[in-house]
Amino acid sequence: MCLAIPALIKEIDGNRATADVGGAMREISLEIIDRTAEIGDYVLVHAGFAIHKLEEKEALETLELMRKVFGQ
Amino acid sequence: MKLSSAFRESDLARNIAANIARATTRRYNLMEFCGTHTVAIFRHGLRTLLPEEINLVSGPGCPVCVTSRSDMDRILFLADLPDTIVATYGDMMKVPGSGMSLSEKRARGADVRVVYSITDAVEIARANPASRVIFNAVGFETTAPSTAAVIRNARRESTDNFHILSLHKVTPPVVLALLEGGTAVDGFLCPGHVCSIIGSRPLEPVAGAYKKPCVVTGFEPADVLQGILMLVRQLEDGESRVDIEYTRGVRPEGNANALAAMDEVFCRVTSDWRGIGEVEATGLKLREEFASFDAEQFIDREIRSDPDPPGCQCGEVLRGEIKPTECALFAGACTPESPVGPCMVSSEGSCATYYQYAERTRK
Repeated sequence: MCLAIPALIKEIDGNRATADVGGAMREISLEIIDRTAEIGDYVLVHAGFAIHKLEEKEALETLELMRKVFGQ
Repeated sequence: MKLSSAFRESDLARNIAANIARATTRRYNLMEFCGTHTVAIFRHGLRTLLPEEINLVSGPGCPVCVTSRSDMDRILFLADLPDTIVATYGDMMKVPGSGMSLSEKRARGADVRVVYSITDAVEIARANPASRVIFNAVGFETTAPSTAAVIRNARRESTDNFHILSLHKVTPPVVLALLEGGTAVDGFLCPGHVCSIIGSRPLEPVAGAYKKPCVVTGFEPADVLQGILMLVRQLEDGESRVDIEYTRGVRPEGNANALAAMDEVFCRVTSDWRGIGEVEATGLKLREEFASFDAEQFIDREIRSDPDPPGCQCGEVLRGEIKPTECALFAGACTPESPVGPCMVSSEGSCATYYQYAERTRK
């Protein structure tokens, strides 16, 4: 129930946006998002509401950490 | 997002699993609080990648499962009122109340409709101005801000026939309640998307006063494994902090905009958690200014609830004291087709997850 999925913002009209959610176009609300999102941004969407703007930089840093080998 | 698929690469998962195996020198009980984590762990077979010393325990993080029988009875009462449409998430349909479930109510003629989101419920209200539409609002902090936004809009747009029965709950105090009751859990894998809203700071008492390390974790297979690794490393080093594994989805301060919407619309009240009991300031109730949207106003009599059915151990399962397979009813009297307790109903309930992913054969 607490799943949120990444979506790519394609169009914005006030507090509403059209976003690509795994290949399907959906209308989402930007009313409760944490930071201003623009066309081309990725956001986390939960039950039709964007709740967080994703930053690619943070994702890449996590991946880098995951690829490290520890304890050998 | 290309980055999502990167987190599903099997080489990445294997590397992290090897790091976990090398880091672990003792047995640890780690609780994944969130039902979405439980499902991710089983769906991706992550338990098979972990050393024997890591014992994963499911927690009370499934909003459907922790809905008390008395709260179910209230929504069932509302479904019987004339000219009333109850809109609900599908997961709530089969949760047994004292008498029957919403699904059985519908079979007997009540107008109960399954929706994907609260905005669908508002659409039903607009399309049926002569009926009152009551949305059964369940969910933790991930979900409550969207309910708040919808209620604000309903007031602005005077959608006066729309109401909610708020069963929303907030989570950090219930972790503290579990710890107060005593638990064998050594560390917590904390819910990424709840923390997208509340941030990581509300978990600090868990790591501070109770010395249980916390790692806020995402939901891809590599995220879950990395979260476990970060917990093991804290435990091995004798440390206790709140770390964030899921940095792309969570900031320490959370989402101020969503928190403000929640605060504007809801106040905190005592809430009854199935298996845990009443926990102060964990329920979200509509504030006085929004009282006309509160379906509580239609409950005009005391509703008596039966005690939980004999033999059902959802409480012990939700507190992480037993595994679903240790319940005497599991896969016998209690199955997803004919559930006795809510943990077997919800697609994210630990019993339903264990059942679906064939642990029943290991009983």
